[in-house]
Amino acid sequence: MALDKFFRRRRPQPTEGNDLPDLWSKCPNCKENIYNKDLEAELYVCPKCGFHHRLSARRRVEVLLDPGSFAQRSGAVRPYDVLKFVDTETYPARLERAQRKTGQPDAILTGTGEVLGLKVMAAIMDFEFSGGSMGSVVGEEISRAAEAAAEEGLPLLLVAASGGARMQESALSLMQMAKTTVALERLTAKGLPYISLLTDPTTGGVTASFATIADVIVAEPGALIGFAGPRVIQQTIRQTLPEGFQRSEFLLEHGMVDLVTDRREQRSVLYNLLSVLTKRPVQDVAASAPAGAP
Amino acid sequence: MTVRPEQTTLNELEARLLDLRETAKRTGADLETAIVPLQAQVDRLREVVGAQISRWERVQLARAPGRPTALDYVELLTTEFTELHGDRAYGDDLALIGGPARWQGRPVMLLLQQKGRDTKDKIKRRFGSSNPEGYRKAVRLMDIADKCGLPIVCLIDTQGAYPGITAEERGQGWAIAESIQRMVRLRVPAVCAVIGEGGSGGALAVGVGNRVLIMENAWYSVISPEGAASIIWKDAAKAPEAAEALKLTAPDLLELGIVEEVVPEPPGGAHLDAVASAEALGEAVSRHLSELEQLSAEDLVVQRAERFRRLGAFLEG
Repeated sequence: MALDKFFRRRRPQPTEGNDLPDLWSKCPNCKENIYNKDLEAELYVCPKCGFHHRLSARRRVEVLLDPGSFAQRSGAVRPYDVLKFVDTETYPARLERAQRKTGQPDAILTGTGEVLGLKVMAAIMDFEFSGGSMGSVVGEEISRAAEAAAEEGLPLLLVAASGGARMQESALSLMQMAKTTVALERLTAKGLPYISLLTDPTTGGVTASFATIADVIVAEPGALIGFAGPRVIQQTIRQTLPEGFQRSEFLLEHGMVDLVTDRREQRSVLYNLLSVLTKRPVQDVAASAPAGAP
Repeated sequence: MTVRPEQTTLNELEARLLDLRETAKRTGADLETAIVPLQAQVDRLREVVGAQISRWERVQLARAPGRPTALDYVELLTTEFTELHGDRAYGDDLALIGGPARWQGRPVMLLLQQKGRDTKDKIKRRFGSSNPEGYRKAVRLMDIADKCGLPIVCLIDTQGAYPGITAEERGQGWAIAESIQRMVRLRVPAVCAVIGEGGSGGALAVGVGNRVLIMENAWYSVISPEGAASIIWKDAAKAPEAAEALKLTAPDLLELGIVEEVVPEPPGGAHLDAVASAEALGEAVSRHLSELEQLSAEDLVVQRAERFRRLGAFLEG
């Protein structure tokens, strides 16, 4: 595209060395060098190939909720090594590293926020924290978010990003699948909608519990979503997996998700869904989102 | 796994004891003078071995050849069992089966994870690992139980849900999640017992009971020891270490509050005496059902919800 080339010439160009490490990044999918400002403007979707970069929970808040609308609820609950779990290192050592890396106590961020002016309770998993693994804290914060949403009459919006249950809390992690399901019943009792947005990757115990019992399931393009991981399946059946297996588009085709929605359209899609599901009175035209607008 | 000398001696004595009993039965000869002291010796040794048994050894016992399967308990403890088939959508799963029966006389709905008895049967049942149809059938049977007011008894014995291409295509995760949700909503009592292996979400799918019991040498964990070992050390042979770290045995789970009761097994493991194992399991399940029958439908939902809502370990403040 000519215009694109024209603009590109006027920007700092990527250099062979690492002189400008913060200005450019390489798309892991198409390997193109992308100007970071462009990537940010496109909500971390590659402007060249449409690849959706993984996001930390904090960044997800920025791209999904209205600027300045997020009021955090999570954070008081912290993980605890009840099993004294040791493998190649201790669980507390792993936790400390993840906490330093992300600045979060665990792999979950919850709070209220707005989607184009519509208030929601948001529960956002953080893949950067120990692969978004679900232990007691993740289960507890999601449960509290669901209960608070029911209490305050808000719809719940969950963003899943997780490799599954956290091994280091063993059976207690497993129990979070039942616990969150229990808490989500509050929304059912109050007739409040629950939407989950599945992002790359969503696997294991998260797929087999709260993430897939939502009223509406939206998936990000190209996300890996499944119960068993591809490696485990491959080891079991000793066959190569089909192209696109367990990706969002594959799941849409098999009837497992309602929508596959580009990140740049998610807010308007979520707005439309939530506005109708909560029977929100018709807003004045300027404030409401035309279908398809970012 | 290293075999302790006590275990070797025990195995020999057990074999001799079995031999004596069979001879006595076959010939009608009175061999009690030989059997009684031998039995006493075996019991003593079993206690010694039991006290020093490692987590990995318990995992081995949970998988011991000849360990009673769910259908063995059904044969020993129930009457009038009718297996119901199919999920009404795609097919019938043979790893998760069920139907109405009388459990020690009490009408119940059974949900059973069945591993299979011989090699052919095991392969047919994928060693107790269900496809989505199993969990969808379970939901269907729970609907019937709720409608007819039948308590539910779940016998859990699986290494996990089946990890296959078609299982994923048909929504393995979705099916498990829906089964968990259906259990949360049950208005009838549900008693679940882990009788052998309790592997991950595939086990929890039928494990959301008002009471959860576990047999003495069964295990229940978020992942199998082999699975954990291959993730942590990239080596499934490190499963014994993983079993220790996962704290997956019955006493561990009782301490964590994940189960209400450990059902005792005969010394040496359930595989040595299916009848005694069944007696203990039957009694425990019946006792819990009797207690739960005192609660109203609403109270049962609340009790189950509170039971699971509490689980987890974290710090606050």
